[in-house]
Amino acid sequence: MQPLPYGLADRYGPVFGPACVGEGDSDLTVGHPGEPLGERIVVTGRLLGPGGRPVRGQLVEIWQANAAGRYRHHADRHPAPLDPNFTGAGRCLTDDEGRYRFVTVKPGAYPWQNHDKAFRPAHVHFSVFGSSFVERLVTQMYFPGDPLLAIDPIFNSVRDPVAAARLVSRFDLATTVHNWALGFVFDIVLGGREATPLE
Amino acid sequence: MSGATPSQTAGPFVSIGTGWDSGAGMAGEDDLGAIVVTGRLLDGGGSPITDALVEFWQADPEGRFPPECRPGWRGFARVLTDDDGRYRLVTHKPGPTGPGNSARAAREAPHIDVSIFARGLLQRLVTRVYFSDEAANLADGVLASLGSDELRSRLVARRREVAGSLGSGPRVPPVYDFDIHLQGDMETVFFAPW
Repeated sequence: MQPLPYGLADRYGPVFGPACVGEGDSDLTVGHPGEPLGERIVVTGRLLGPGGRPVRGQLVEIWQANAAGRYRHHADRHPAPLDPNFTGAGRCLTDDEGRYRFVTVKPGAYPWQNHDKAFRPAHVHFSVFGSSFVERLVTQMYFPGDPLLAIDPIFNSVRDPVAAARLVSRFDLATTVHNWALGFVFDIVLGGREATPLE
Repeated sequence: MSGATPSQTAGPFVSIGTGWDSGAGMAGEDDLGAIVVTGRLLDGGGSPITDALVEFWQADPEGRFPPECRPGWRGFARVLTDDDGRYRLVTHKPGPTGPGNSARAAREAPHIDVSIFARGLLQRLVTRVYFSDEAANLADGVLASLGSDELRSRLVARRREVAGSLGSGPRVPPVYDFDIHLQGDMETVFFAPW
């Protein structure tokens, strides 16, 4: 692999203004005739650049399976039900503190054909833009205490345990909403250098 | 060790989250000066990679990036590959660029920086598209660093005229063909994004 061309670390990140994100785009439980089945959760956190500076007004996109572990995609035909009240895609812009916030339901584990009895741990896919080309990141957020994390080859491709721990959200009582939703915090730190060590 | 959040694969269902209309493409087909860049995303065996996310980042025709570029220019577009592994981008050809005022940096030939996200890739692949009808390629520092004409040619999109793109009549944008091979003998040159 060739070294990255000089200058791309300084080259801008695209700007997605407020016109790109609609009211309700950050709530995955609305926009359908009824509410989706599953545990309602709030997922929030800060998008930070190298050195901890907040990334303000930048686009965050998420997608996920429903509570049964089924994706609303033609290529997912495995025997778990679709939810007519759930599509599983959302987006928002970070605020002045670099904070994003989504409301959704906790996704179920999703079986794949990688090996016998292979199930991905429950996860939410995240796509984020930073301030420059090199800060672009697509990753996955996991849930604390999930027994599948220990045996998931994708999660375990990150050999550094400190780095891998950054992929796991933290249950947070302050984010939890009484009588309504559990809260999970997931901060995302953009490296300016991609952070996954090669296998 | 890094303090950053690691990358994980985009997976097979990336279109669910990224297939919304972000203003796909940087030009309309009828725009004066529009071009088409198209090709197939292929694996080592030559099979198409479908449902992959390809993102394009480039300067405007004057070689400028946000925020110094022409008004309304985002310089970014994304395309999902189709059932044949094909992507198709409608844009304006970028102008030559320079990475700033550093004395060590040569001007760059017109190019588009590309990111690829797909199932099976733990992190994105980064490559770059140049244009076959640009003499500036000969002086481009990144192309020069590649070490062989064979490798250089893998980053150059071939211009193909299509019926109607020359002469009178409704304008049809010229097409630049650029297949991307993720592995194998014809593997496209990729850049380590760190």
